[in-house]
Amino acid sequence: MADVKMHILVCGGTGCMSSQSDKIVDSFHRCLKEQGLEEEVKVLTTGCFGFCEQGPIVKVAPDNTFYVKVTPEDAEEIVAEHVIKGRKVERLLFVDPETAEHVADSKHMEFYKKQMRVALRNCGFIDPENLGEYVARDGYLALAQVLESMTPQEVVDTVKKSGLRGRGGGGFPTGLKWEFASKYQDDQKYVICNADEGDPGAFMDRSILEGDPHSVVEAMAICGYAIGASKGMVYIRAEYPLAVSRLRKAIEDAREAGLLGDNILGSGFSFDIELRYGAGAFVCGEETALIRSLEGERGEPTSKPPFPAEKGFWGKPSNVNNVETFANIPVIFLKGADWFASIGTEKSKGTKVFALAGKVNNVGLVEVPMGTTLREVVFDIGGGIRGGKKFKAVQTGGPSGGCLTEKHLDTPIDFDNLIAAGSMMGSGGMIVLDEDNCMPSVAKFYLGFTVEESCGKCTPCRVGNKRMYELLDKITSGRGTEADLKLLRDLAATIKDTSLCGLGQTAPNPVLSTLDNFRDEYEAHVKERRCPSGSCKKLISFEILADKCKGCTLCARVCPAGAISGKVREPHVIDPEKCVKCGACKDACKFGAIIKK
Amino acid sequence: MAKIGSLEELRKLKDQVRNATELREKGHDIEKLIQVKVSMATCGIASGARETLADFMRLTREKGIENVVFTQTGCMGYCHSEPTVEVTKPGEEPVVFGNVKGERVREIVEKYILKGELVADIIPSAYRTINE
Amino acid sequence: MSTCCKTDRRYEELTAFIEGLPDKKGELITVLHKAQGVFGYLPREVQEFVADKMELPLAKVYGVVNFYSFFHMEPKGRFPISVCMGTACYVRGAEDVVDELEKQLKIKVGGVTDDGKFSLDTLRCVGACGLAPVVIVNGRVYGHVTPSQISSILAEHADA
Repeated sequence: MADVKMHILVCGGTGCMSSQSDKIVDSFHRCLKEQGLEEEVKVLTTGCFGFCEQGPIVKVAPDNTFYVKVTPEDAEEIVAEHVIKGRKVERLLFVDPETAEHVADSKHMEFYKKQMRVALRNCGFIDPENLGEYVARDGYLALAQVLESMTPQEVVDTVKKSGLRGRGGGGFPTGLKWEFASKYQDDQKYVICNADEGDPGAFMDRSILEGDPHSVVEAMAICGYAIGASKGMVYIRAEYPLAVSRLRKAIEDAREAGLLGDNILGSGFSFDIELRYGAGAFVCGEETALIRSLEGERGEPTSKPPFPAEKGFWGKPSNVNNVETFANIPVIFLKGADWFASIGTEKSKGTKVFALAGKVNNVGLVEVPMGTTLREVVFDIGGGIRGGKKFKAVQTGGPSGGCLTEKHLDTPIDFDNLIAAGSMMGSGGMIVLDEDNCMPSVAKFYLGFTVEESCGKCTPCRVGNKRMYELLDKITSGRGTEADLKLLRDLAATIKDTSLCGLGQTAPNPVLSTLDNFRDEYEAHVKERRCPSGSCKKLISFEILADKCKGCTLCARVCPAGAISGKVREPHVIDPEKCVKCGACKDACKFGAIIKK
Repeated sequence: MAKIGSLEELRKLKDQVRNATELREKGHDIEKLIQVKVSMATCGIASGARETLADFMRLTREKGIENVVFTQTGCMGYCHSEPTVEVTKPGEEPVVFGNVKGERVREIVEKYILKGELVADIIPSAYRTINE
Repeated sequence: MSTCCKTDRRYEELTAFIEGLPDKKGELITVLHKAQGVFGYLPREVQEFVADKMELPLAKVYGVVNFYSFFHMEPKGRFPISVCMGTACYVRGAEDVVDELEKQLKIKVGGVTDDGKFSLDTLRCVGACGLAPVVIVNGRVYGHVTPSQISSILAEHADA
């Protein structure tokens, strides 16, 4: 058999898959076969590279060439030029927006320079459907070592010492959680993985499951050993078909290899994992609600205590961690708790994966050490704001978080700093907003989400959030008063204090943080009936400047409402009664004669 | 996959599958390795560059040399001496060898890569690459 | 339950699935996933059938169906359209895309066109945020969608 000279890695994450990356793989196979190179060049589908903005991504090893926006047709050229002749295909290389130069090696891209990949260590590097590749990267070694030479208490102590905190939102120390679960004795205990990523705009857990499913399987087994559980349950979103199928394959392969099942690696420890589908309920991110849903019930939270560590799934002691938390576990055992604790800030250790999205140039999945500043993430890694617009805010923590502004840009990101700044870490969604985004509307967007997702069990959340939503709707449609602003604040405080679970307690955060940081915008809406960013349709109007209008009639032709009239070569006018404020005329006008007020 | 029965067997399996991802690992730390770049333009391939690359890979594997990574490049411009191969040791200047085939491959591996001795027919590199 | 249903192959499939479960305890959501996969949606008859087979009160089955957004009780169009309303898509203009779809299809979100061809829904984040705003038509993903592209996207989907 010929030596393998080259690996072609094609991103098979959901983002790139949506842009037909599976066809790119087929195309490579075909072209290589035509050239008789199928033995020398290996083509693999990997998990997400994180650089979703420029997908589909193809990477060639060992020369680390990074191709962006590849189409199935491009495979032929890459094979003919790069594979056979060693010439990189210039037009497919990433162009640095600052220097306008082609960057061939991903290591030299700003996007990757400041990142540190711990949880994502194998994403975009290995074939997630191949257990052998995971083993080649020290996979299951942590589990094997733990089973051979550590007591469950030592395992718990190692996790405690590492300083790892839950990556799902709350930031509770993982080691402590494991310790609680280990203390309760019962004939059956459970390890539960929360893979029901419900935060809109966050996709890190999905990417880990798609790119490195074995790391979660391995970590769950380690946790099982530590707390004395023989069963694992993964609660996974049914809306993530690719993650489901890869995780299922990983579990089957691990079982077949004896890494799950009875008497793992001859240690006497037995552990197996089952999959359960979520069915689309944000509140199921709350662990007690998640457990109810696992039992096939409506996912309504229950009051704590009792905590799941005492009475969880089917009333048995259970430990719930999310996907990213688990993905960190094997590394902690391979490299040591001290190594892990050396990364990050005093109280937040390790790295955090963020799904960077919104009005930023490089949308993607980024993993940075705790303590990296927002500015570094948004401007250095994210490449700044799209279209040269002005930065306005970063929303972190999803519907439970808040908006951070210019003045927070140099705050080092960790659990405590984000809370102090009026937001929270959450699961890691990071949405960048620019000058065109209206903050009361953004708050309304999140509230709309909460209202829809509230399980309805407790009144403050069910009714209170609905009332807040109505107030925001009133404000953004120009009917708000100053008294409404005060009412919003009072209501927010009540909901925070009196809701049963995390969903209700944090739901007012987007409102409070925008009220604090963008008071002037709210005031413009209620006092002047004006939307400063020009996005609230009921508060804007379009007008044609008579001196600039050439009477070309284009606007009248594109207007879907027939609201524009005028004679050829004479200034046109918009009938505000008929205007639907779609802005089509403004976009169409070649003379800049139409303005939005 | 066969059942893995112990830590020992997992380690053995790891050794077997290690080369699955080795190429990519090497790409990640390319600066720390001996890089062998084979010129793969039309005239290089016509003169046997593909066989040269295969010979290099076979020989280094036989000799158990692990800190070496092979890449391909386009025409280096030494049409008179194809196949040409550029070898860069970490922290050293690249050295370009001409007419590399057959026994010359063994000579370069045994003398230059392993012992650091220079061999005949070195092409003085008089240019700087864009990477510098 | 009408007699037609008892001979319906789909009910047989669902029955076989339920009977193949090692334990019915806690499997209601799993069964509903299967039922929706088989029938396309969960009308009252199907819920009654599930309640009967799982030995649960119908109210409980309905309570679960109604709680989770993934389950729906009305049929979808032959070409279901979903617009992602995750935050990333929202801030990049998904609302305008929804408005345009509602206008062109003459239905509201949640509705089905009179001829049963298209249905329109929004969903919370498919996780392809790099492609925002995202529209999915009958499984095909469209990225960076603007309102002006809607008519050509719809035109791509003709009944075979």
